[in-house]
Order: sequence, then structure tokens, then C-alpha cells
Amino acid sequence: MKHRIPEHEGENAMSTEHRVKPYGDTMNDGRVQVSFTLPVPDSDRAVEAAREIMLSMGLADPLIAWHEALDEGFTFFVAYGSHEKGIDYSKIKVQTVDVHVMSMEETDAMIRERFGRKIKVIGASTGTDAHTVGIDAIMNMKGYAGHFGLERYDMIETLNLGSQVPNEEFIREAIAFDADVMLVSQTVTQKDVHIQNVTELVELLEAESVRERFLLILGGPRVTHELAKELGCDAGFGLGKYADDVASYFVTELDKRRRAERNSTPT
Amino acid sequence: MAELRIDWDKVAKAREASSAIADDVNDQLGRFTTVTVERSIARLFGIDGVDAFDVPLSNVVVDHLKDKNVLGEGVAYWLAQGVLTSGLSQQELAEGIAAGDIDLTRLEQADPYACSLWAREQAEKALDRIRNNKRFRNDKIEQFGERPSPLLYAIVATGNIYEDIVQAKAAARQGADVIAVIRTTGQSLLDYVPYGATTEGFGGTMATQENFRLMRAALDEVGDELGRYVRLCNYCSGLCMPEIAVMGAFERLDVMLNDALYGILFRDINMQRTLIDQSFSRMVNGAAGIIINTGEDNYLTTADAWEAAHTVLASQLINEQFALRAGMAEEQMGLGHAFEMNPELTNSFVFELAQAQMARQIFPKAPLKYMPPTKYMTGNIFRGHIQDALFNAVTVLTDQRFLLLGMMTEAIHTPHMSDRALAIENARYIKRAMADFSSEIEYKEGGLMERRADQVLSEALEFLENIRVDGLFHALETGLFAGIKRRSTGGKGLDGVIAKGERYDNPFVDLFMTEQRGE
Repeated sequence: MKHRIPEHEGENAMSTEHRVKPYGDTMNDGRVQVSFTLPVPDSDRAVEAAREIMLSMGLADPLIAWHEALDEGFTFFVAYGSHEKGIDYSKIKVQTVDVHVMSMEETDAMIRERFGRKIKVIGASTGTDAHTVGIDAIMNMKGYAGHFGLERYDMIETLNLGSQVPNEEFIREAIAFDADVMLVSQTVTQKDVHIQNVTELVELLEAESVRERFLLILGGPRVTHELAKELGCDAGFGLGKYADDVASYFVTELDKRRRAERNSTPT
Repeated sequence: MAELRIDWDKVAKAREASSAIADDVNDQLGRFTTVTVERSIARLFGIDGVDAFDVPLSNVVVDHLKDKNVLGEGVAYWLAQGVLTSGLSQQELAEGIAAGDIDLTRLEQADPYACSLWAREQAEKALDRIRNNKRFRNDKIEQFGERPSPLLYAIVATGNIYEDIVQAKAAARQGADVIAVIRTTGQSLLDYVPYGATTEGFGGTMATQENFRLMRAALDEVGDELGRYVRLCNYCSGLCMPEIAVMGAFERLDVMLNDALYGILFRDINMQRTLIDQSFSRMVNGAAGIIINTGEDNYLTTADAWEAAHTVLASQLINEQFALRAGMAEEQMGLGHAFEMNPELTNSFVFELAQAQMARQIFPKAPLKYMPPTKYMTGNIFRGHIQDALFNAVTVLTDQRFLLLGMMTEAIHTPHMSDRALAIENARYIKRAMADFSSEIEYKEGGLMERRADQVLSEALEFLENIRVDGLFHALETGLFAGIKRRSTGGKGLDGVIAKGERYDNPFVDLFMTEQRGE
């Protein structure tokens, strides 16, 4: 059992400066590897241009380790440089979903004990997004990378609507299913289409006065908790998060809300 | 090439079950046509362009007939009546309908026999156009020489056809043999084909006839410069499957993604609609000499590649039977599969090799299309590049025809120009380094690979025999493929399925079937 304390919570509180530079093979050497393409023909001039690109990125001592033509007017570079300035680690603050991650059995047990009924979770990849890989990784029985999906939980009832679900339909289905939790997956992020789409979903939920009825959780490879909160969701999960992270979060959060509600109800 | 010992009796039984499954579907659906099949016929008859609201004229004509409740007789019949009765051309009729000046049902004075002769004559003209493209392709390939396997298949997906062209030409110069233009997300659910050159798309570019033409011209240009024929691929799938086949036939595409079941499972398109559409689209592709690519790789992105391997083989066999029924030659059936096992699995490479080798031997003439890892690509581009290298090794060892280039930045972004270049370099290195490896080895009798292949084959046989009992529709309804359940009357596009009337005629069916037989 592991506690998901934000990894560097200790440092969050630190007040003395703590300079950090990238590590190559010696502390504070600042070495960084970069690769990029410039739309110019491969030539001495192109290599010099690449060096200047490195310098303007704040990377000192640039070494162009490799360059080759990709096409008549395009050159690819592999380069190394040093980030000499570094950053002040004591000033870094991150928003993470701060919850104790439970095993499937623990989650089921907690639902049984605290709710005495199944938690209903509806999921979809919404808008024009045709990818189901994200929502499937969280919901499918099989799960992903050894983490069972929500369908495998005894105390979670699921409905996976798949891909390309219009926001209106997603909301309609969530109401009909009487969901506790809405999971929305966004894989395609070209031209920030995911931001428009989730913004629209939240607006529609609010317009129908049902936003408070559901826990709304956003997932996807480009999603951070911070972004999800900004867009009006309750939480966000990105790469490296699995069904147990998501389930632990929503069960804990629903339980918190349940207790808050009970406490505020006059007896 | 080193070969596995395969139980051919099981293969024969599995083919027999697949054949019965396909026959059952065709028996049930033979009496229907669809709106997009009819729009394809309108396009084949030369109807082109859009109305004032950007609605394609093929949609205008078909919607007009559908509104009048006479689409069951077919577009060929009504256009023949219209042309013979009014003396206008079919294009003029379509424009007249768009302007609201013409009602085709009021132009029904010609002799039905004369109508069928006219339709046949128009169909021959369309076939001539398609034949010219086929001839052009064959001449070019003869002139430059056919490319050795595997063909390196690169994807462009910028959303902007002009940017795609820059990337496609660069990829061709780096060694790509096939350029696939990924379609914008969501196009599969449009019940019309957008028109003209397009510069906006999400995760891909609109499939339009003009975009096809622009890319074709660009690849011909770069091909002439390089002294080889560069093939073009697009998506013949979704609600406009056969129309895109027609556009591809007219603009000389060489490869088309086309799967009998994909739209049903992964796009929730109605199963009757898709199964009718795939049949005609395959006749068009077949007559045009276009190689189809089926989408079995997709099963493994949802289901586990170890556990669901037999569904891939079963689907390949079903796709083969549907293609045969559309008259397609085995040499045009680019059946699909993928390298998707969990890299944490011990011997995953050995099992992938077994599966790919088995597919190679069961479909000896088919230009198989092998798909790179996607599901277990993580964002660690360095590990990803190695996963792609192992995939490339299986491709070369088992002589796959199409190698879809794996991108180390899979799961991060649509490929950068350098991603593609590195992928091509990776594939070419392995192709060179392992050129004769498979003819230098033998697979162990009764070894891990043969046992695995036999297990997958046995499971596929059992799976197909189960489907045969209750039929394919029932199998799809109960979620036998990819764990996805679809109702036979659910999904998108069912309202576009139309019962054929007494005078229904599609002159292209006979013509394309004959053309494919090479008569």
C-alpha cells in the first residue's frame, strides 16, 4: 500500500533557494539533449543556425552531434548543450490529486461499508475524438499495465459509451444511468480541440443545472489535474494514471461529499 | 523463407465456416441497396460538384429520390429515364434538381429496356476511365520496376493538404513507398463526402476528391524524380465507403483501408449498412486494381494481443470471404494484423513472429499489412524506437508486403518530419541487415512458435464455428468481436438502407465482377 503524497510536498514548503540543473554525468553540468529540424538546406550555415537556436534556448556550449538532410530544404539536428542557469526548486508548486491510492479490494470494501450500494460510473470519449484507448484503459475489465479496469470492481457499475459521443448525448445518458461519476476521455489534442470540447461539456452541464450532480473527471495523455480544474472538472488524470488512481479518487471524494451533506442536514 | 508446420485441415475448416458466414450475410442483404451505393453510381455516371450550400450533387440527386420514396428503383434507372425523356445530360439533371427545377419522377417516359442499355453504356464509360488509371499505374510500375517487400508505408496527418504534400514528398525521398493521408477525425460519420481542397482537419485531412488529385499529382512528380512509383493510400471506410472507392478509382489511389466489420465495431455504424456498402466498395476497388487494407489491428488496441489473437485470424478469414464474393483477387487483399503484445511479456517477440508467420502462410498471395506497436508506446521515445525495431524485424522475417512505419513519438503527437525520417532509417536498416535471415533458419518442430500458431488457429476455428451457428449479426450483437456489442438495428446509417424495387438496376455489378475476372 502506498501513500500518494505529492512527491515533493516537503520541498513545497521549503523557503531556502535550491538551484537545480539538468544532470548529465556530473552534478550541475546542466547537460541537455535536444533534437529538432530547421527548414533550411543541410550546410555549414545550417549547423551554425542550429547552434544559435541552442544558444537562444539558453543552452550554453552547444554541440551539434549530428546533422542530416531530411529533404532538399530541411535539416535534422541532434544537439547537446548546458543549461547553466537552472531553476529554483524551492519555488516549484504543483497541483496533484492528493489521495491515498487503494487496491481494488480496498475500494470495493470502502464502497460496501460507506455507501451500501454500487457506485455508478459512465465514461466516454466525447466530441469528434475517435480514440477509445484512454477510456478503455480505465474502464475495460482487463485494465491496463496490470491495473484492472473499473468493470472488474464488484461495487462499481459501469457504462462505457465508446468514442465520438456528442456532449449532449453523454449528459443525457449520464442522467438516464443515474451516474455518480462522469469520466471524459480526450486523446486528440490537435489545435486544442479537447479544450473547446470539455469547456462545452461543462457549459452544457451547467446550463442544464446538473453539474453538481456528477463528479466530472477528465483523462487523457495531455491532461493534468491543473488543466482539468481550470476547465471546470473536479479532477484530471494524465499519463501513468490507472483505474485504481481514478477509483480511489472518486470514492474518497464522493464519501467526503456524502459526509459533508449529512453534517449540513439539520437533524 | 523458414516455415511453420500448420494443420491445414483446421485451416480448411475455418475457411469453410467463414464462407458459410459470408454467404448467410449476403443472402440476407442482397435485396437492399444504400444511399451511398446509389451516390456512388451517380458519381460513376459523372455527376460532380456541389450545390449552393456545398451539398454534393450526388447527395442532392439521391435525397431527391429518397424524398419521393422511389430510391428503391435505383439512381441508374431514374437518371436513365431523366436523360432519355428530357434530352439533358445527367449533370444538367443534377444541377436542375439542385435548383428545384426538375423532378425526376416526372420524367419517366422511356422504355425500361432502353434505360438499362443507356445505363450500361454510361457504366462502360466509367469503366474506361478506371481502366486508363489502372493502365497508367501498371505502365509506371513496369517502367520503374516493382518495389521489393516490405513496402514502407508512411502516414501524413497535418490536416492541411498542402502541408501534407510537403511531408509526403519528403517521406518519399527518404524511402517511403506508400503515403497514407490520415483522415480527419469524425469524417467516417459524415453521410456525404466534402468537396474541394481543404486545409483544416483534426488529426488528419479531409478525404475529398480534389485532395486525392492534388496528392496524386505530387507523388507522381516526386516518383518521376526518384525513378519509382509512389503509392497513395486513403480511407475507404465510414458512411461513404463506396463513394470514396469511386473517388479513389477516378484519382488513381493504389491502396484503400477497407474493412467489413471495422465501422460496425469502432464507429457504431449500422451493421446492415456497412456490410452492404463494403460489398460494392470492394467491387470498385477490385476493378480499379486497388489493394485494400483490412483493419484487424484495431481489435488488439482494445483487446489483449495475446488473448485475442484468434479474433484477428478469424476476422482475416471473414474479410477474405467477403472480398472473394465482391470478385476481388487475393493479390489485392491486404489483410491486416499488428505487433501489439505487451513488451513485458516474456517471449513476446517469439509469439509475434509466430502469429505473423502463420498469417503469411495461411494467406500466401495476400499482400499482408503489418501494423506497428501503438498500445504500449509510452512517450519514452527511446524504448519506442526499439519496439519499432523488433516490429520491423518480424515484418522482414515473415515477408509482409506493407510495413506501416512505427513512430517513436506514437502517443505524443502527429509525426514530425524527423520522426518519419528516423522510422524509415530504422526500417531500411533492418531490411538490409536481415535480408536473407529467414532463409538461413528453420523453426523448431513442435517448438514454442508452432504450438502458439496451432493454439491461435484452433481458437479461431472454434470461434468461427460458433459464429456460423447463429450468424454474423448475432455474433456482433453478443460482443464476440473486440468485446463490443452492436444491435443489428442500432448504430448510424440504418435509415440509408433501402429495399430494392422491381426495376432496380446497378449496371456496375456485372461489369466490375467481369473486369475483376480479367475477361
